[in-house]
Amino acid sequence: MPYFGSEDVVKELKKALCNPHIQADRLRYRNVIQRVIRLPGVQEYIQQPILSGLRDKASYVRRVAVLGCAKMHNLHGDSEVDGALVHELYSLLRDQDPIVVVNCLRSLEEILKHEGGVVINKPIAHHLLNRFGCLIPNEEELFDILNLLDSFLKSSSPGVVIGATKLFLILAKKFPHVQTDVLVRVKGPLLAACSSESRELCFVALCHVRQILHSLPGHFSSHYKKFFCSYWEPHYIKLQKVEVLCELVNDENVQQVLEELRGYCTDVSVDFAQASIFAIGNIARTYTDQCVQILTELLGLRQEHITTVVVQTFRDLVWLCPQCTEAVCQALPGCEENIQDNEGRQALIWILGNHEEGIPNAPYVLEDFAENAKSETFPAVKMELLTALLRLFLSRPAECQDMLGRLLYYCIEEEKDMAVRDRGLFYYRLLLLGIDDVKRILCSPKSDPSLGLLEDQPERPVNSWASDFNTLVPVYGKAHWATIFKHQGTDHCGPELPHTNFSYARQLISEENKERVQELPDSEALMLIPNCQFTAEYFEKTWLSLEVAHQQILPWQGEVHPDTLQMALQVVNIQTIAMSRVGAQPWKAYLSAQDATGCLFLTELLLEPGNSKMQISVKQSETRTEILSRFISVLETVIGTIGDMKS
Amino acid sequence: MISQFFILSSKGDPLIYKDFRGDSGGRDVAELFYRKLMGLPGDESPVVMYHDDRHFIHIRHSGLYLVATTSKNISPFSLLELLSRLATLLGDYCGSLSEGTISRNVALVYELLDEVLDYGYIQTTSTEMLRNFIQTEAVVSKPFSLFDLSSVGLFGAETQQSKVAPSSAASRPVLSSRSDQSQKNEVFLDVVERLSVLIAANGSPLKVDVQGELRLKSFLPSGSEMRIGLTEEFCVGKSELRGYGPGIRVDEVSFHSSVNLDEFESHRILRLQPPQGELTVMRYQLSDDLPSPLPFRLFPSVQWDRGSGRLQVYLKLRCDLPPKSQAVNIRLHLPLPRGVVSLSQELSSPEQKADLGEGALHWNLPRIQGGSQLSGLFQMDVPSLPGPPDHGPSTSAPPLGLGPASLSFELPRHTCSGLQVRFLRLTCRPSGNTNPHKWVRHLSHSDAYVIRI
Repeated sequence: MPYFGSEDVVKELKKALCNPHIQADRLRYRNVIQRVIRLPGVQEYIQQPILSGLRDKASYVRRVAVLGCAKMHNLHGDSEVDGALVHELYSLLRDQDPIVVVNCLRSLEEILKHEGGVVINKPIAHHLLNRFGCLIPNEEELFDILNLLDSFLKSSSPGVVIGATKLFLILAKKFPHVQTDVLVRVKGPLLAACSSESRELCFVALCHVRQILHSLPGHFSSHYKKFFCSYWEPHYIKLQKVEVLCELVNDENVQQVLEELRGYCTDVSVDFAQASIFAIGNIARTYTDQCVQILTELLGLRQEHITTVVVQTFRDLVWLCPQCTEAVCQALPGCEENIQDNEGRQALIWILGNHEEGIPNAPYVLEDFAENAKSETFPAVKMELLTALLRLFLSRPAECQDMLGRLLYYCIEEEKDMAVRDRGLFYYRLLLLGIDDVKRILCSPKSDPSLGLLEDQPERPVNSWASDFNTLVPVYGKAHWATIFKHQGTDHCGPELPHTNFSYARQLISEENKERVQELPDSEALMLIPNCQFTAEYFEKTWLSLEVAHQQILPWQGEVHPDTLQMALQVVNIQTIAMSRVGAQPWKAYLSAQDATGCLFLTELLLEPGNSKMQISVKQSETRTEILSRFISVLETVIGTIGDMKS
Repeated sequence: MISQFFILSSKGDPLIYKDFRGDSGGRDVAELFYRKLMGLPGDESPVVMYHDDRHFIHIRHSGLYLVATTSKNISPFSLLELLSRLATLLGDYCGSLSEGTISRNVALVYELLDEVLDYGYIQTTSTEMLRNFIQTEAVVSKPFSLFDLSSVGLFGAETQQSKVAPSSAASRPVLSSRSDQSQKNEVFLDVVERLSVLIAANGSPLKVDVQGELRLKSFLPSGSEMRIGLTEEFCVGKSELRGYGPGIRVDEVSFHSSVNLDEFESHRILRLQPPQGELTVMRYQLSDDLPSPLPFRLFPSVQWDRGSGRLQVYLKLRCDLPPKSQAVNIRLHLPLPRGVVSLSQELSSPEQKADLGEGALHWNLPRIQGGSQLSGLFQMDVPSLPGPPDHGPSTSAPPLGLGPASLSFELPRHTCSGLQVRFLRLTCRPSGNTNPHKWVRHLSHSDAYVIRI
């Protein structure tokens, strides 16, 4: 191994580099240059042989010499860039041998990394694109380039297909329909990779499927069966598949997906079983009834690792989907016997405290917990217990007073954990203020959780991840990647690498900022005021007095859920004045909004019989087209989101 | 850009280590990788790992770990493809890929790596281009003999059932000797299909997926052209129609870039000049509509007495292959409710075996002839499954945690899609006088064959 330069090796290498015979013998020359990686003291010997190698007749010598330039540059440390050499390399981009060309690009990228890497101007780009095989018929047309690259989407190599996809996504930044089209075409190869024999490829492909699903939730819905797990698959693949199943569920496949997931819940592997239960809990946010039924059945198994996770998903569910509270409350009795772990008991106590109205024996279950408080080792459970008992005390004082008193006494006098003790003291002092104050504080209106449903599915445009596509980011997951990147940022131990990462990132950021800076000043931002209140009469009068400023038809499927729609519109500060009842045909709604300058937007939504199109008509109190189009795009987004959620 | 590449044995011993950039910490990185891999919690993916400014990306192949490290945010698809291509190349050059062959051929492996990657950048992975530079000859443990059945899974040999594995084309190096022309000119063509099936409790198939491949392993001198004729009724896509019968239909097909498709449209003939070594000529997928019935049906009946905790499972496995075909190495895996303690069994033939392990019933059947059926009666005690006492003894509903059953098997000389290789012709006779040997075989095996109960 010559890389850890013993003296002899250096000497031998120097000799070889100076030897005209070796320079003349191509194979030997090649071997020598290949071996130069990190050897102090060979710099002055290497330059001349490499420069002559660049002009050699044999392509395999040029290949080595071109990469040799990068080696030479790195050997010099970060000395300045040799202009003549760079020029020479640029000219070699027109070499006949494809590997020489590719090596040239890599070499230039390394040598010029402090200046942002290799610069590709139009002639070079055309030349390189032509090397892909065909000619560009017209000048600088995006679609010509895309057509040129089209054949790569059909390649049998997943690396080439995905690489081409990424290039498409980035080139077609401004054409979302082209991006969607490309993602449709890459569906086949991606699905094939997902069922590939190579587990590693399969895993990476699954990560990318999830990435695509974030922007196009329905993209793989009809192929849901491809993501069913088989028994012999490794864990990490099963977990990815379960995540994918969760994300692609829709009205048509929900039954089958749930049935499959239910099978996983009794898997021998505890981790996998629990992950599957959590997955069902996730789906329950949309398809509550079916999921709650399955989860309830699972409680019947009376197995600790299952019961605890089911109770945890129940806790999240009653919070997010209050309509399922009754069913959950009926399922709960008896399961306290099968919960041993910390998280599960916390969840159970929380439900008991918050929904005691549905669980008649709640005080007695909590009493057991309170009596065992002394032997309880987890502070978090004790705190949860304190809160739950206090809540319960407010609604059923007779049954709980004694118990609460004992628990408070224990927490204040005997408890060693400061947080628990402080919580106990706090509640005690609160109680001293009188029961009304306690009620005011503990039972004040909660934030509306159903809004979370909307926030959970933010529209993530393809462009937000296009640059991460086919990199390690989706494979690690965005969150994990962020921690890695931070780590790399604080640590400068790597000799060269963080720099490249930084310059790359900086470049990206600055470009994005530039765009934003350019966009903002020449256009007015739309600022809708929250809580602008109109009476129905005022609305009607204004509506009749104005002309329709914009009319548009949006795709829509199925019935409207007025509550969801109203909620969603409220989020963006559009108020609903009136709405038809569910199922009315035609279905209509009237909306109003006002921006900061006082301009009014009055809107009519009209859902034709057949429920396939939503017609929106907008009237505006002042004629300002710019701001009107912004308002309409907001409206479109909301209606699009609601429509997507349903389909 | 790759910083290092190394190969570890299944026990973590470094067999090959190469540093391409000189920017990284040396050989102990390999050990670090193995420690990290072993310490990983079960739910985390080991495919890509990060430590100290370095990403480790690896594949497992034939029990070996092929690992690349990099510090760049590179394309995972390309890198994985490179690694699996390296595995194929090493297999081609060393005969087969295993701990033994790698450690016998260390010099050859390093020489190959030198040619495939320079300064961490891929140069070429084509067998043809590499041939010009590789000097070292492979060391083979024993001289290759076609009749030495222990080293080769000879196709169609009834005696070698255990060797009828998908990728056991002759294990000898492609470039066994430059001068030695006495070597047999041989070419192996496999049609391998992986079957992934899910059957509902009522016996109707919920999902049927077939992933097929045409794999070629050639020992012919490079440049010899060959033509592969596929079944003429072979159709691609839902709408195409060929022949008079229902046709052999696949949904999607992709070819290796070197395949000439001029005669494909008209006669379903693939023309190519394969390099020496292994090559995937064609891949295809087929979903949902199989021309033939599924190979296996399972008729379970479960009796469960909650009171006594006695669970009785009667399984009847029917093989719906044509009577002349058979399935081999059938293993049925049936997860059981927690806490099963004892098993008593009555099996329909003596060569079958059944046992309990890892919370599941394993039933192994060495072979089933097409059209026949085998059965097994299993009785178990499940004391730790307390049902609600008020339900009384129930005999119908199976307990939760039982099933679904997974089958694994091999179907030699059978393709589920019905695709056959009509002929394999060499258009020009290679230089040697000996007539080249051509081996064509068809095989289906299970990827996942799941039957709900």
